[in-house]
Amino acid sequence: MTGDKVITADKLTKRYGDFVAVDHISFEVHKGEIFGFLGANGAGKTTAMRMLCGLSLPTSGKATVAGFDVYRENEKIKQNIGYMSQKFSLYEDLTVKENMRFYGGIYGMSDAFIKNKTASILDQLHLQKEGNKLVKALPLGWKQKLAFSVAIFHEPGIVFLDEPTGGVDPVTRREFWNMIYQASESGITIFVTTHYMDEAEYCNRVSIMVDGKIEALDSPAQLKKIYEAGSMEDVFLQLARKAVRAAD
Amino acid sequence: MHSVIVENIIKTYGKKKEVAALSAISFEIPKGELFGLIGPDGAGKTTLFRILTTLLLADSGNARVDGFDVVKEYKSIRKRVGYMPGKFSLYPDLTVEENLNFFATIFNTSISENYDLIKDIYIQIEPFKKRRAGKLSGGMKQKLALSCALIHRPSVLFLDEPTTGVDAVSRKEFWEMLKGLKQQGITILVSTPYMDEAGLCDKVALLQNGKILSIHTPQGIVDDFSDPLWAVKSTGMLHLLNDLLALEAVKDAYPFGEFHHVVLKNESGKKELEQFVQSRAKDHAVMQAVKPDIEDCFISLMKN
Repeated sequence: MTGDKVITADKLTKRYGDFVAVDHISFEVHKGEIFGFLGANGAGKTTAMRMLCGLSLPTSGKATVAGFDVYRENEKIKQNIGYMSQKFSLYEDLTVKENMRFYGGIYGMSDAFIKNKTASILDQLHLQKEGNKLVKALPLGWKQKLAFSVAIFHEPGIVFLDEPTGGVDPVTRREFWNMIYQASESGITIFVTTHYMDEAEYCNRVSIMVDGKIEALDSPAQLKKIYEAGSMEDVFLQLARKAVRAAD
Repeated sequence: MHSVIVENIIKTYGKKKEVAALSAISFEIPKGELFGLIGPDGAGKTTLFRILTTLLLADSGNARVDGFDVVKEYKSIRKRVGYMPGKFSLYPDLTVEENLNFFATIFNTSISENYDLIKDIYIQIEPFKKRRAGKLSGGMKQKLALSCALIHRPSVLFLDEPTTGVDAVSRKEFWEMLKGLKQQGITILVSTPYMDEAGLCDKVALLQNGKILSIHTPQGIVDDFSDPLWAVKSTGMLHLLNDLLALEAVKDAYPFGEFHHVVLKNESGKKELEQFVQSRAKDHAVMQAVKPDIEDCFISLMKN
């Protein structure tokens, strides 16, 4: 691994025929950083994220995640990252404990590790009594928090969060971010996408993609200064309105 | 005259009715109003939409849409309302134009007859009218769905989370379109999980766990927030939050973008907060008075 850089991308590009979905993006993410990955619909966020997660091969450029190369070591990448999205996170028809057993098993954790980790997560979330309940019986807010805990169950160095708080109530949304902060303090790197511009303020650094390129990358305070904007929403609107290609 | 009247609607799910989706909901929407139903996933928004569009029966209570009873006169309601469900529900294998034609024909009308109503919206996707709906981008799908919901010139329009998962730019555009429709005299009931969209409605109901927390104009909801509210920031925001919560004068504190919002128990708490902020000068702590927005109100109502 190169110093404390846990993600490096150098002119990373993905083409589909004539269409350049991700166009020579370069950036680095440091250990323990909360990195916000913003962009309008269709800007190329999902494609970029899929390459970094080892799910899609780049057309050109270089990238490493957790020290592993996205071309040759994508299986290693998958073992060393966590992933959570709003759309899919937990199995509704399994109990809380069964979900943890399942994810722990997939990542090759030992029975003893799974047992201890399950107990500590249930404690932390105050869900001791809910361990044997089906996930579908839990309120949405609890599910989201549980899903995050499961995403970092195998103690990965990096976790990718794809719109983790969509549709969540404002109190739970903040509790969720509190968990993100704690994970980051324990050294886990957070790579997060969101449509909530107030959440962009909670990130250490934010990149904004427009038409496949990274148009801006800095701390929220710096970005607001550069774009003479009162809020991250203003920054985002200024940049996203430059987009020429159709939203996807 | 009211376009929508909801009286004590109760809806439960499950064999033993153990899941309360809507707990005795009542409200009215005057004709021509843009009414927002604001609440997180699971609040009961979609259940309410399905009852009002006659797709689901309530356990008890009454509801009328455009003067018609949702149970006894459901056929009349179906002819005169437009409904855009949260999930994309058009035919992916039909083209843009075919979808629109299909919905126009079902309602015994034609695209040309009502073109003026959808023109501003449809014109943006018309260059792609030969494309299959399934191949459209998210933003274009949304515009097509709205066009299809409008093509029979409905008197009441139901939009279930039209902006969920949509970026900030497209969201702004969508609300501009709604303003235009409102000017045409259409009553609009729109739901959203985004609190910042509440301010764009004439009136809003804040919904949580099947109950209405508050129902008012956006300004009225904000005016009801009576506790003193301050915004505080410094370096080390996570620790700052914990320290703020430990202060005697503080009722609640939570992250709010660049700042933490601090709700004080009463006006006299300002002194303690000022002293605290002064004591954190080395961390560049600053405080400033701030006006509550809908999200502050929602948090406060949820916690009470």
